[in-house]
Amino acid sequence: MAAIACCFLAAALPHVAVAQALASYSIAGDGIAESLTGQPGDAVRGRALVADRSSTCILCHAAPLPEVRFQGDLAPNLAGVGSRWSVPQLRLRLVDASKFKSDTIMPSYYRVDGLTRVGRNWQGKPILGAEQIEDIVAYLATLRD
Amino acid sequence: MRLCAAAFIFAALGALPVLAAEIPAADRRSGYSFMSSDSKAMQDDDTANPGMLAVLEGETLWQTKQGDAGKACADCHGDAATSMKGVAARYPAFDAALGRPVDLEQRINICRRDHQQASPFPNESHELLALATYVAQQSRGQPITTGDDSALAPFIAKGRELFMQRQGQLNLACTNCHDDNWDKHLAGSAVTQGQPTGYPIYRLEWQAMGSLQRRIRGCMTGVRAQAFDFGSPEMVALELYLMSRAHGMPLETPAVRP
Repeated sequence: MAAIACCFLAAALPHVAVAQALASYSIAGDGIAESLTGQPGDAVRGRALVADRSSTCILCHAAPLPEVRFQGDLAPNLAGVGSRWSVPQLRLRLVDASKFKSDTIMPSYYRVDGLTRVGRNWQGKPILGAEQIEDIVAYLATLRD
Repeated sequence: MRLCAAAFIFAALGALPVLAAEIPAADRRSGYSFMSSDSKAMQDDDTANPGMLAVLEGETLWQTKQGDAGKACADCHGDAATSMKGVAARYPAFDAALGRPVDLEQRINICRRDHQQASPFPNESHELLALATYVAQQSRGQPITTGDDSALAPFIAKGRELFMQRQGQLNLACTNCHDDNWDKHLAGSAVTQGQPTGYPIYRLEWQAMGSLQRRIRGCMTGVRAQAFDFGSPEMVALELYLMSRAHGMPLETPAVRP
């Protein structure tokens, strides 16, 4: 019960959430085979996350989301991304794309170390939580040519 | 052992910042060139450019006696059209007494303190922006000359280093967008080269005048970094680097930007 209340509070107040340890993961090849949460993600929630500007995906990428008016073109279009990459590859690209391309401009969405001058509201927190990453991975996997 | 050393060297190399290609002089473009025709027309027409209100207010302040000394800017500097022509185009400038560069707003406040015996205008205050806009407008059309003073070299180098340094939760450096991706779009908006050719600007998003420092702070917050304080040495170094990077481009103050 206490754990549920705690989760609820963290979800309702993301900016005051206490920094939490990240789930551990292991990289095999250029991917992460296992879900960060141990559970499959929810593609419907993932779609909503990609469409939400605060997740930041859509600022740089375009995606097949006709209702989102202003999409970026700094990074590859996400249409067909599920055909180009496997689920483990998509997961590592979200978690820490710098692991296989050190000069990428893609932020590491699940990393808190090795960063400089992080603003107070974001210190010690990854850009996205493990569950959000799994949801987005599940959605991206559905974007097939 | 050899493997260990090799691994160390590899790790050290990996940690080095990847230096982006700087924009060749011939390819430099003012933010103006990325704007819609409506916004360009607003900047071009002095009767439609909201920044001209700041110029008029600045002109009044220029002639108003201030502080315990009871002196106006004009009492020392005379006609700004003559005395201030080209001045903003070379700022930030090296201040020998302080041993470091100061930007135009800081110069105005130093003058207020030392010569008018007046309290400084707060950062981003109406008055400070108006006076800075009025002074800068006297250089409209003049080429930027910031950086010609060799005393500035180490400070420009510091600003460049900050420009190239990744920062914030999103781990992006200024250069990642403004050198490498200036022809692309961030959520539908032109990224631009970050050439500071028209400050203080009237920004439509702000519905107000604002300084280059305010604009830089906006970008820093955008990458979820702790923004440098107004007037901090880091902020002035960044302004200085940006202005020296735009060396030779004409000043547009008061520019309009989206």
